[in-house]
Amino acid sequence: MERIILEAKSISKYFHDPTTIQVLKDVSFNIKGSEFISIIGKSGCGKSTLLYILSTMDTDYEGTLMIDGVAMRNKREGELAKVRNEKIGFVFQFHYLLNEFSVLRNVMLPGLKLAKYSEKEVESRAYEKLKILGIENEALKNPNQLSGGQKQRVAIARALINDPLIVMGDEPTGNLDKKNSEIVFNIFKELAEVYKQSLLIVTHDNEFAARTHRIIEMEDGKIIRM
Amino acid sequence: MKFKLIASVSVSLLLARWKQTLVAAIGVTFSITMFITLLSFMSGLNDMLDNLILNRTPHVRLYNEILPSNHQPIELSDKYKNSYNFIRSIKPKNERLQIYNYGAIVKAIKNDSRVLGIAPKITTQVFYNVGPIDLTGVINGIDVDEENRLFTFKDYVTTGNYIDLKNVPNSIVLGKGAAEKMLANIGDVIQVTTTKGQIMQLKVVGYFQSGIQDIDKVQSYASISTTQKLLGESNSYITDIQIKLKDILIAPATSIEYGKLFDVESIDIKTANSQFETGSFVRTLISYAVGITLLIVAGFGIYNILNMMIYEKMDTIAILKATGFSGADVNMVFITIALSIGVFGGGLGLLFGFGLSNVIDNIPFNTAALPTIKTFPINYNPKFYMIATIFSIVTTYLAGFFPSRKASKIDPVVIIRGK
Repeated sequence: MERIILEAKSISKYFHDPTTIQVLKDVSFNIKGSEFISIIGKSGCGKSTLLYILSTMDTDYEGTLMIDGVAMRNKREGELAKVRNEKIGFVFQFHYLLNEFSVLRNVMLPGLKLAKYSEKEVESRAYEKLKILGIENEALKNPNQLSGGQKQRVAIARALINDPLIVMGDEPTGNLDKKNSEIVFNIFKELAEVYKQSLLIVTHDNEFAARTHRIIEMEDGKIIRM
Repeated sequence: MKFKLIASVSVSLLLARWKQTLVAAIGVTFSITMFITLLSFMSGLNDMLDNLILNRTPHVRLYNEILPSNHQPIELSDKYKNSYNFIRSIKPKNERLQIYNYGAIVKAIKNDSRVLGIAPKITTQVFYNVGPIDLTGVINGIDVDEENRLFTFKDYVTTGNYIDLKNVPNSIVLGKGAAEKMLANIGDVIQVTTTKGQIMQLKVVGYFQSGIQDIDKVQSYASISTTQKLLGESNSYITDIQIKLKDILIAPATSIEYGKLFDVESIDIKTANSQFETGSFVRTLISYAVGITLLIVAGFGIYNILNMMIYEKMDTIAILKATGFSGADVNMVFITIALSIGVFGGGLGLLFGFGLSNVIDNIPFNTAALPTIKTFPINYNPKFYMIATIFSIVTTYLAGFFPSRKASKIDPVVIIRGK
């Protein structure tokens, strides 16, 4: 039995502008280690909102969020940043690579921030991650010299650099064509099955979701299937 | 480690917008350059103008003056002790201008550790006889060596050698204006008459030019012994004791103290020349105001550029925060950018400021009024460089403060979800 790494207890969230609307209603679920989970649902059902709450970036919610057994409420901004740095990896719909840095440096940045390893070690770990994703040859290029699929893979490598507890994805294949989506999906699958990496991916691609280990389906701010 | 990372992020952001950054840095460089140059030049001018008078003015001067007596005999009378005494038509006492007990006073002052040196002086009215015409004048009898050591007498003797005054018996250094009126050349012998009618021939060994024309038309210098001979007085006859102190600030207090102690009139440099201090103060104030205004303008430039950079780099800031950089880290990144603009721009400004001051220092500036000045005066006071450094860092920090705080408060969710 894998231990629980992330626990959401009756999470509610309101938007106040222009009128108060409840976007999340008492959402509760657990994520165990090395699970590959997808969250699906129609546009506006609150799945991305939920993801950003789970990611600790959005702190304006009710309920309890436990990551690695520690409650996230009442933590200061700096401490939450540390949690994100250490325990959560992110992949967004857009790659968000920094054009000022090389691919390698982009991957290294969160590792350098964590400062658990020396710069040399972080560099060799970044190479390792790029190798897993099959783009180690692009390491010294600038992000804007890469194709869309390659950029997304660099973003995944960046998410993995600190060996996070969980990788979260917000429509990571949303901007990609069929072929590149397939590549990215296979990478996620490999990460989950070979490297026992927990993954939580928000998607509206049902075909993608169907091939994950577990599907959480949402509608109108509630979980209707998990 | 942490700072290295922040610095590397800052550097790459800086280089990404290197043109704007350069413009901001040039703004700081320009303002620091002008600040340094302005203050060095202004303070150089101030010093020059002050020195025109202050260098030649003793810090404390002791002398006797013909004055009505402060105490009248009736005050000693017991009978009228409790009355108001009105005395009319008081006349000054017939007092000698000579300082009594000169030797003892000099000895006492020389032993005072606050004193840098003393130069005795005799001032006397004379007539320069040019044919049938008599020109009024003043001869200052001086101790040539001490006068030169304390009041740089040499600098003002523009023609001839000052030391001849000591070595040639019965010699005189004429004021330039007086010499021109008398058509007296070096080596000529002129005739002077004292107010008591004594006549003496004196050999002209040099011209004296103070920069103040009215003085040059009247004053001349001779050695103390020559002047004593001219007046027919003994070698203890001295009318003034000029004292230079180690610290000019204690002049007023010392002046009062000596006046009481030796029972003579005394005046200090501050009282005698208070208008100079006011002038210098106002000029310095104006140059500081202009310099600081320049820096503040440069600060606004930095503020604008950082604000623009933050709008352009929203995505970068959002992703840095998403991957674990805290608000404080982002804040530090932008403060580092602002400070490096300040340090880099300011550093160059110090160099350019020094360079420009140096250029001004070498521009010829010849004026008949100021014989010792050949080029524009510059004061290379390290104080200005210190102030400029501190100001460049403080203004750039303040300019970076608000944009940085804004950057640190950016909510990554808003940026990322907005895409």
